[in-house]
Amino acid sequence: MSFPLIIFYFFGILSAAAAIYIAVTKNIIYAAFSLILCFIGLAGVFVFLGAEFIAVTQILVYVGGILVLLIFGVMLTNRLKGEKLVSQSRQKLLGFLVAGTLFFVLLKGILAANFSALEWMAAESGSKVGLKTLGMNLMTEYVLAFELIGLLLLIALIGAVYIAGNKRKEDKHAA
Amino acid sequence: MPLNFVLFLGALLFCAGLYTVITKKNTIMVLVGVELMLNAANVNLVAFSRFDAIGIQGQVFALFVITVAAAEAAIGLALVVKVYQHFQSANIDEINELKG
Repeated sequence: MSFPLIIFYFFGILSAAAAIYIAVTKNIIYAAFSLILCFIGLAGVFVFLGAEFIAVTQILVYVGGILVLLIFGVMLTNRLKGEKLVSQSRQKLLGFLVAGTLFFVLLKGILAANFSALEWMAAESGSKVGLKTLGMNLMTEYVLAFELIGLLLLIALIGAVYIAGNKRKEDKHAA
Repeated sequence: MPLNFVLFLGALLFCAGLYTVITKKNTIMVLVGVELMLNAANVNLVAFSRFDAIGIQGQVFALFVITVAAAEAAIGLALVVKVYQHFQSANIDEINELKG
């Protein structure tokens, strides 16, 4: 087993372990930080899959943005009294049955599928294609989708600020 | 890099996210589970994008998924904060009426 492969497996197992920890832990803060670990592991996996830009975006957007939002959410939606923030669970058995069955089905499907029979799977590009191809594609073939997704993000963020913001008008009417 | 390992990783992440969404009572934990599931989809997209040297459509789509996930997290957390202000609780079981 070559050295890069060992690193690749390390990142993969890191994110898998972090995901399982999120599923079993009760502490919300531990889950949020475990999510960071999971996303960093996934970024490592993406680098080895030849998707450097996705890996950097993953760290920037998830670890830098969404996780901070999540932790702010935890702060704003719990009375912080110095005790542990615990999330109760319900119907653990049913949830485990559903998730476990789905995992088993997916596992069987992946093992049964003969991917190498597909024609387009023959040419593995490795990490030769990268940033340049992605940028060219994003700005030519997918430019409409790219602009639309930017607009969607703008609308969503303005909407989020509007929903979460205090509406002072109602206070004035009340007073 | 072995394709099957990456696909197993995606399946495991999806199922862990699904379990989190189903069983946790806290709204933030449900959002965490949804993020995990979106990332599981990304893993598969990137894994298969390796075989598509001209288009790398998988990577492009993964980028869009990340953007939508960011929008979803922002809106979701804004709603959670508002719901908490109204119900004084982030527990899903206690949020059970439409008109307060």
